[in-house]
Amino acid sequence: MGKPVHQLDRVVIRFAGDSGDGMQLAGDRFTSETAVFGNDLSTLPSFPAEIRAPAGTLPGVSSFQLHFADHDILTPGDAPDVLVVMNPAALRANLADLPRGGRLIVNIDEFTPRALAKVGYLEDPLADPMLTSYHVHQIPLTSLTKRALDGFPVSKKDADRAKNMFTLGLLSWLYSRPTESTLAYLESRFASRPEIMKANVAAFEAGWSFGETTEDFAVSYQVHPAPLPSGTYRRITGNTALAYGLVAASVRSGLPLFLGSYPITPASDILHELARAKRFGVYTFQAEDEIAGIGAALGASFGGALGVTTTSGPGVALKSETIGLAVALELPLVICDVQRGGPSTGLPTKTEQADLLQAMFGRNGEAPVPIVAPRSPADCFDVALEAVRIATTYRTPVILLSDGYLANGSEPWRIPASADLPDLRVAFATRPNHVGPDGQESFWPYLRDPETLARPWAVPGTPGLEHRIGGLEKADGIGTISYDPANHEHMVRTRAAKVAGIAASIPALEVDDPDGGASLLVLSWGSTYGPVAAATRRVRDAGGRVAHAHLRHLNPFPVNTGEVLAGYRRVLVPEMNTGQLALLVRARYLVDTVSYTKIAGVPFQVAELTHVISDNLGELPG
Amino acid sequence: MSSTTADRPTTLPTLTAKDLKTDQEVRWCPGCGDYAILAAVQGFLPELGVPREKMVVISGIGCSSRFPYYLNTYGMHSIHGRAPAIATGLATSRPDLMVWVVTGDGDALSIGGNHLIHTLRRNVNLTILLFNNRIYGLTKGQYSPTSEVGKITKSTPMGSVDQPFNPVSLALGAEATFVARALDSDRQGLTEVLRAAAAHQGSSLVEIYQNCNIYNDGAFEVLKDPATRDAHLVRLVAGEPIRLGAEGERGLVWRRGHLEGLDAASVPVEDLVVHDPYDPDPTTAFALSRLTDPSMAYVPVGVFRDVDRPTYDRQVSAQLEQASAQAGPGDLDALLAGGDTWSL
Ligand SMILES: Cc1ncc(C[n+]2csc(CCOP(=O)(O)OP(=O)(O)O)c2C)c(N)n1
Ligand code: SF4
Ligand SMILES: [Mg+2]
Repeated sequence: MGKPVHQLDRVVIRFAGDSGDGMQLAGDRFTSETAVFGNDLSTLPSFPAEIRAPAGTLPGVSSFQLHFADHDILTPGDAPDVLVVMNPAALRANLADLPRGGRLIVNIDEFTPRALAKVGYLEDPLADPMLTSYHVHQIPLTSLTKRALDGFPVSKKDADRAKNMFTLGLLSWLYSRPTESTLAYLESRFASRPEIMKANVAAFEAGWSFGETTEDFAVSYQVHPAPLPSGTYRRITGNTALAYGLVAASVRSGLPLFLGSYPITPASDILHELARAKRFGVYTFQAEDEIAGIGAALGASFGGALGVTTTSGPGVALKSETIGLAVALELPLVICDVQRGGPSTGLPTKTEQADLLQAMFGRNGEAPVPIVAPRSPADCFDVALEAVRIATTYRTPVILLSDGYLANGSEPWRIPASADLPDLRVAFATRPNHVGPDGQESFWPYLRDPETLARPWAVPGTPGLEHRIGGLEKADGIGTISYDPANHEHMVRTRAAKVAGIAASIPALEVDDPDGGASLLVLSWGSTYGPVAAATRRVRDAGGRVAHAHLRHLNPFPVNTGEVLAGYRRVLVPEMNTGQLALLVRARYLVDTVSYTKIAGVPFQVAELTHVISDNLGELPG
Repeated sequence: MSSTTADRPTTLPTLTAKDLKTDQEVRWCPGCGDYAILAAVQGFLPELGVPREKMVVISGIGCSSRFPYYLNTYGMHSIHGRAPAIATGLATSRPDLMVWVVTGDGDALSIGGNHLIHTLRRNVNLTILLFNNRIYGLTKGQYSPTSEVGKITKSTPMGSVDQPFNPVSLALGAEATFVARALDSDRQGLTEVLRAAAAHQGSSLVEIYQNCNIYNDGAFEVLKDPATRDAHLVRLVAGEPIRLGAEGERGLVWRRGHLEGLDAASVPVEDLVVHDPYDPDPTTAFALSRLTDPSMAYVPVGVFRDVDRPTYDRQVSAQLEQASAQAGPGDLDALLAGGDTWSL
């Protein structure tokens, strides 16, 4: 007789273990099963900065959190309902996040006196009476796995390694997940090593049967699929979505993509993904440094390619001079900054939004650059296309601000049809655009489109359009070197006007204000979208009135931004920095915003923002 | 000036030096060696038969880097030291173009040293003209990474203390496939070297000794003064024994792991080093490059090294083609729908 099955509407699971325990893989596979099952979901991996910190230590702990539900969700969840810990270090690093009443699954095989001592436990934490406030399952996951693989032709080490699959099998049973995608994955992953594949499948199945038979688990759970819009879905991380968005932009513009990049966490996966897109004619150039990366991308743009560079904050610092050159040259270029904790090397594997002002102002001279920011992992795809649209239409460098949370987080993505993507075709200059008083035709590289103020893109190889560009100030129109004060003033203001004019091509700022009567507006940008939107929902569910607006374009702002902000008694700006958007908004619109800031390397929690919003509501006259 | 339009596939089939001039006023100091180099380049480019629109000159910052403004091709005057990086992106994505880099000793060897060595080792298909005046011209006379030890300048009033680079040695050490040296005032020698560099597939580095008559006048005078030059210049000619001295009276010989100049008459002919720029082993080329130091006792000019190695852009293009040939050209819808999918 099967065990009873209980219904849940949402669950947050965190897998935690040593970096060598395969927790990222277990989490990833569980997520795939969950996605295929049709739940809405959101994930957040957390890695140590070191590749292999000493085994069993706190710095070596790696974890993967997954939130899945029968309704649409916006964040990977504040706190786990279920915490799986593979060793004492994982317990020590994660227990504080598990709310009372939560479920704790412990691999007791690893709780040896030595392992406990390594992380400073003087006594066995599993004997702590405090633990009675959790549902604790003490399971010998390692030895059960080894027993299940008794007789399999695999080494002790490989048998030991399969414990993540045993654990996955157990959790898959507990939450009634479909198993086909994991079995298919193991088959293809270990296609060339059938004995390893069979052992992993056996471990996975043993974990599942253990759940069915052990008395430790009295019930299993089910979370119904979420009613998402119909379509074909896949799960996607921010970095993959960004890479795909760039490939799509290349296809839709007809321009070859040229990525110049230097490896840096958390941006490197974009380089890796694009390096595999050679069939699309994508060039990936791993440069000697970030300056060469952006330089090569700009050189490729000069030649008519879609020049892109990907990096994180420290890399943007190195690229600044070349971004300034691109401003002067007025050539398309996309700079993707996957932000991480700073300053300096900071927190390479943690998230932050502290490069907004660097993007806005981090260059010498008056060097305005458009800025766009995705709001969720899947949104990285659309924002990449938007960055390319702006860059090619306005002949300007564009900065795209993603962050570590978006880069590695994942969510379901409704796959678009390529034909429905924006048409990004561009026209290169092909003939002279100026006739002199003597009737001679010539080419003026700085003769602008009256509407966009963009200059012509005349690529080398085009006969008759030979011209020279460079970082020295140019005379508007004819494009020769000019030190004329009036021309410089005109050029500075023209470049600014060109960037400001982009606002005419972007959608108005939308406000989510269901009953229209709110006096508090929460303004978000980038990855704070998810927690802010979830928190405003919660506040409304509790009867509060609050409006939410989200900025996808940070330079220029949508034209109606000032009007929107002026319509509320208070504007609250939560940011993972010390108030950078607030500074811009206050300066630009003279709106007395209230900042709520956090620089802890982790995204906002929904509960935290719910409190902040409620507190602000409480301070406003009803 | 011609008024070519897109209807015509190329510019005039036969260019002249005049076609390569622009109407920008040349702004170098009167007497600067850069003029002679510009004239040599404008004079020699037409013989390549490459249409003007297919040529691109990319420079960094410095007096020398003003060069593109004076050449009626496509051009970019970029930022200090970064021209090789920018040119790498262009040459890699546009193998149909002929890409030139113009740089100075400060531009290429100080701020841009990293890009220079990596461009050379990659063998990107471009030609680098390094104008070496052994001084910072544009910033008004500070010592440079090629200034001799003890150089007195505004920034080194008691003399510089740091060892300079030898650009030819550096390039050879950076795995360059083509390395040459020429003198600004030697139109014929410079043209021959430019011709060989242009014909070379891959990265070519041409060091051009250039006189800055304002901040480092006479730096190469011993190589130019008819009374001294023949004693110091060593003209490298492929296939011929390398001769030193005003009368070519000394020959180069390997002795105990060193190149030594010995009285040619006293050495068996088969012991004389015959210049072979095509030698895959750069050992002799490197030893030749060291003859210059520390003084300019013997200064080889001409082509030190000219070997074949697959170019970066060709190999990159080949991978793109191979990827398409193996799995078919990219299909965006298939890419987006890759991995585990599910339908609702
Ligand atoms: C980032 C940056 N740093 C410094 C400078 C100032 N600067 C311009 S040219 C130059 C040195 C030029 O020396 P070299 O490359 O030998 O060229 P030359 O003028 O001698 O031809 C310097 C330091 C600059 N333009 N940009
Ligand atoms: S300063 Fe020297 S290098 Fe510069 S233009 Fe004058 S003479 Fe030439
Ligand atoms: Mg110089």
